Amino acid sequence: MAHRLPSGGLVIDRSKPVEFTFNGQKLKGFEGDTLASALLANDQVLLGRSFKYHRPRGLIASGAEEPNALMGVGEGPRFEPNQRATGVELHQGLTARTQNHWPSLGFDVGALNSWIASRAPVFSAGFYYKTFMFPRVAWKHVFEPVIRRAAGLGKPPKEADADEYEHFHVHCDVLVVGGGIAGLSAARAAAANGARVLICEQTPHWGGRALVETETQIGGMSGADWVRGEVTALSGMENVTMRTRCMTSGLYDHGYALLYERVADHVPGAEGTPRHRLWRVRAGRIVVATGALERPIPFANNDVPGVMLASAVRDYVRLWGVAPGEKAVVFTTNDDAYRTALALHEAGVAVAAVLDARAEVKGELPARARAAGIEVRAGYGVAKVKGGKRVKGVEIGRLTGMGQVGGRREELACDLVAMSGGWSPVVHLWSHCGGKLTWDAEAAMFRPDPERGPTGHDGAVNTLACGAANGYLHTDLCLSDGRVAGMSAASATGHSRGEMPEAPEVQAIPQAHPRPLWFMPARGKYAHGTKHFLDYQNDVTAADVQLAAREGYESVEHAKRYTTLGMATDQGKTSNINGLAILADQIGAEIPQVGTTTFRPPYTPISFGAITGRARGPLFKAVRKTPMHDRHAANGADFEPVGDWERPYCFRRMTPEGRESRAQAVTREILNARQKVGLLDASTLGKIVVKGPDAGKFLDLVYTNMMSTLKPGRCRYGLMCNENGFLFDDGVVVRTGEDEFLCHTTSGGADRVHAHMEEWLQTEWWDFQVYTQQVTDQWAQVAVAGPNARKVLEKLGGVDVSDAALPFMSYVEGTLGGLPARIFRISFSGELSYEVAVPANLGLALWEKLAEAGEEFGAMPYGTEALHVMRAEKGFIMIGDETDGTVTPQDLALGWAVSKKKADFIGKRAQERAFLAAKGRKQLVGLATEDPAEVLPDGAHAVKEVKAKSRMITIGHVTSSYFSPTLGRSIAMALIEGGSERMGEVLSFPVAKDKVVKATVVDPVFYDKEGERQNV
Amino acid sequence: MLLLTCPHCGVSGDETEFAPGGEAHLKRFGPGSSDGEFETYLFYRRNPKGVHFERWRHAFGCGKWFHAARCTVTMEVFGTYPADVTEPPAELVETIRAKRPEWEGF
Amino acid sequence: MSEPVSAIQGRAASGNAKGLAIGLTDAGPQGMVTLRGDLSSPALAAAVQEAVGVSVPGTREANFAGGRGAVWMSPDELLLRLPYGDAPAATAAIGKALDGEHHLALDVSDARTVIRLTGEDVPEVLAKCAPVDLAPGAFPVGSARRTHMGQIAVAFWRIAETEWEIVALRSYGHHLYDWLAASAKPGGKVGVF
Repeated sequence: MAHRLPSGGLVIDRSKPVEFTFNGQKLKGFEGDTLASALLANDQVLLGRSFKYHRPRGLIASGAEEPNALMGVGEGPRFEPNQRATGVELHQGLTARTQNHWPSLGFDVGALNSWIASRAPVFSAGFYYKTFMFPRVAWKHVFEPVIRRAAGLGKPPKEADADEYEHFHVHCDVLVVGGGIAGLSAARAAAANGARVLICEQTPHWGGRALVETETQIGGMSGADWVRGEVTALSGMENVTMRTRCMTSGLYDHGYALLYERVADHVPGAEGTPRHRLWRVRAGRIVVATGALERPIPFANNDVPGVMLASAVRDYVRLWGVAPGEKAVVFTTNDDAYRTALALHEAGVAVAAVLDARAEVKGELPARARAAGIEVRAGYGVAKVKGGKRVKGVEIGRLTGMGQVGGRREELACDLVAMSGGWSPVVHLWSHCGGKLTWDAEAAMFRPDPERGPTGHDGAVNTLACGAANGYLHTDLCLSDGRVAGMSAASATGHSRGEMPEAPEVQAIPQAHPRPLWFMPARGKYAHGTKHFLDYQNDVTAADVQLAAREGYESVEHAKRYTTLGMATDQGKTSNINGLAILADQIGAEIPQVGTTTFRPPYTPISFGAITGRARGPLFKAVRKTPMHDRHAANGADFEPVGDWERPYCFRRMTPEGRESRAQAVTREILNARQKVGLLDASTLGKIVVKGPDAGKFLDLVYTNMMSTLKPGRCRYGLMCNENGFLFDDGVVVRTGEDEFLCHTTSGGADRVHAHMEEWLQTEWWDFQVYTQQVTDQWAQVAVAGPNARKVLEKLGGVDVSDAALPFMSYVEGTLGGLPARIFRISFSGELSYEVAVPANLGLALWEKLAEAGEEFGAMPYGTEALHVMRAEKGFIMIGDETDGTVTPQDLALGWAVSKKKADFIGKRAQERAFLAAKGRKQLVGLATEDPAEVLPDGAHAVKEVKAKSRMITIGHVTSSYFSPTLGRSIAMALIEGGSERMGEVLSFPVAKDKVVKATVVDPVFYDKEGERQNV
Repeated sequence: MLLLTCPHCGVSGDETEFAPGGEAHLKRFGPGSSDGEFETYLFYRRNPKGVHFERWRHAFGCGKWFHAARCTVTMEVFGTYPADVTEPPAELVETIRAKRPEWEGF
Repeated sequence: MSEPVSAIQGRAASGNAKGLAIGLTDAGPQGMVTLRGDLSSPALAAAVQEAVGVSVPGTREANFAGGRGAVWMSPDELLLRLPYGDAPAATAAIGKALDGEHHLALDVSDARTVIRLTGEDVPEVLAKCAPVDLAPGAFPVGSARRTHMGQIAVAFWRIAETEWEIVALRSYGHHLYDWLAASAKPGGKVGVF
């Protein structure tokens, strides 16, 4: 039985009890506990069911590598699934529940998977690939629904996240990852030399394993005391920033790192405090001091709750004062696990035996264990574990030369198995950005190759590993390696005072080399490793890896994908090395030849909230608002996005029958503009000033038509193509001065057009004397359109807007109704129309003045939909509707706007290509449906011939389609193959299974072909 | 997340401040060029494994275009220089040659 | 004559004693003139001096004196800062002074939202928003920087030890303000700078 020890526990505060709830049950722990240690203290050893076989699972580890104990933590808007119990700090009122079981944790139907698997070849490697291939139809109706029900870890939260998250950008000379003794030494050395240092530690505590290894003395004191001293010294230095609860999630190009700080997980709901903070760090040098992780040993049933890593057992005893069992068996390949036997012994937990895989066991740690009366059996191994939901005992035997458990079996009763297969340096971060590894056969580990580390922007290696992460598992080496790494990192960033903090004296027990042991097959039932778990989270066994190899998946990357080894959320922290060693053995290769799979960020999962930061809710997307936006909202506007802008789609009025529908509002707005006068907020229209002696020459190259001949005070509609000859923006160009032009662009295209102009000016025609400046936001602009437009402006007064003074396509500056204004006589509706621009801070005033002055003339605002319908009635194209990046001006019958006189313009050479002049290109046409009430769907395809069964051949598609209230019928524009030669032809548009809409090809100008309405 | 130095304003900034613009030093072929020349100009790119000259704009900064010489394998940036030139500065070419003796040259 | 109205219409917030030491205020309508030209030209320097009373700032610098100033925006662009009402005349005067010299002077007083930031924790709040080194010493008084804050382009400059201005396009003004206000909430102190 697991229990809290009567005393001890370095990081818990026994004077501060904490209540929490686990699966509805009220339990008690202490401040400083993790959820894992508190559960263990309450004898909760069964903490979940495995992913595939639904086998009972308990804690394996005490830290970031824990694969099993994933839980749903929190309630309602703070619920989050898949939290590692070993990483969750206990706080008052915490609620946790287990996942991946039904109907209950103790009795789980899914566990049948395991029973079935023991009798039939299912769920082994590649099972899904092999099984669900045929018949095809079964995948959709049988396999997928069933798998979906059973698959997945945890349940997604149902409510929106109540917490806030933020990012924080920081630059430093040296980033030290890991707050153990190596990291602290590195930070100290770097800081002493004057570097700006940021050191972060993923747990709440500095010191790493030094807190636990009480046999070791540093500088004549305990590891914990030494750590305390270092932390005090570092926190007193101005050039050092220290962060606990801060996990380095990934290293990226050129010294970029993402750090995941859990600011308020342990104090949920703290007012104004973000729950997580994502640090976006740019570091000159990075010191990776991430320590090492212990490896499990693959023996049969090594996943029964109560089988744990030896180091974790020691952690629970010494850090949290928890005994994970009453009677333990330690199974090891090395000296280190003897510390666990000693720790248990000291804490009063019986140790039945230490089984050591090595034939000969010498050294001080085993000697101390023997001296403490602990039985040490050299050359022994565990054949299998007995027990279901918790360990009841182990079957042990002598290891043969082949590495099997052979000979006579014995059974030892116990409820705890502490295993140690040796240590693997945490090389994840080192590898994220291309750092290479080298195999150390003697120590049986992959370690960073310092010659082939990740490189920075200048090509130099910018990451240094130190301490256990660098393969140095002994305290003195960790300390000195850390100091050297810190010094080098500081010096590489230009900080070299020659300071080397004094090296503390270390008293540690020397250790012998381990015996590598990757797989512990035994004879009998589980001879083939089907219950020898490598990847606990994804239920991958030794047998799966062997099967993959036999089936030809010999590359480690293939074997990984075939078996899913290391593909769970723990990314194979405990399984990787064992798995590839088994693969190497199976294919008869050496471990370094097989290599590792690729390590990728994040090191441990991070929250979506942290990634998102502030960009959620109203801040998710940056929205642009015009100066009249709030007024529109108050006026019943339904907004629609246009680029980043929010524009009124229409203004829905209240009527005696209730609020208008969108369609009713649009119809009213169109008829009112056509019959009286409408007001459109056109502030979003892009505006770019182009000025300089070469401005005309430049615009002649940018536009397809001639702009240099435009007279001051006049406007011209222009087209812009890319170098590929295709139309990408249009708008009215105004010559505002001898060497100054104002170019209007589409609302969504201003940035694109401005960037396009600057690109050509800076990278091709850099000798031109031209400046461009975007002034979109400087001006609020209102289109006053309709037969009464002139009357409205005349009422405001101050500027002569008569046809004589301000003819169509001209422009004037003046004071209109007391506002400094620019008036453009241009029309996108086909009506008599003026666009009035004033400085944006006066935009609201302009709108209000126009509305007031326009009242007696029937002025009403109209939105973008009315605008679109009116322009379509006039046959005006819309960028993005009639164009899609493959359409030329000629395709749209806009050839008149493409100069034939100019020697060059952007896109001219492209338009000379033969295929653009070929017959059969899609060309713009108008469409009149046979039934005038029928509105073709946008994008509907015209077909050559309507066929019932076989494939129909498309000859074009609808680009714009509306019901025109002006004409009382539907109108549409379309791009149709050879369209200009099809006038009068009736085309078929199959729009649904049994529905074909017929429409006649007509001129795309539906209304006022002669343009009489705008020329008054 | 590359670290790029804008030669115009001197900022060493995150990649997010910059907009990439493809291969640098393309020679424009306009009206009068052959189909082959125009095709090469518009569509053909070297896409080298190794030393690459590329265009960037300091879009969220001073707005200026510049060129970067960068290794597409290691991400090493050999240098950046303003975009109003038709070939890389000789000094930079020498720097690259020293670091990449196998490089075929600009 | 109607009163000019800024995009965010006088919104303001400030940190409290427990939280971040920062004040956040809409600066209201401010005079701004974009001046593009040869920044080494003596005529341009004289025109700048005349308009805002400071010399042409160096690369990524901002010169301010008595509420007027000039900010370096790019190798051929300055942003002049002056009272709102003075901008039209100043723009015209610059145009006259630089007549015959290739340049562009535009009154863009309405094109941007200006937010005034005050307090000791301004660097920390800005570091939550933009990928810029704001550690002590890295961004001294007189520094200016164009960058991005999330999705939008911004520029900020440090006028005095605890006095800053940040600008974005007027139409993004509310986004700029809301983002800064969210980042300046009490309880969010990082405590690094």
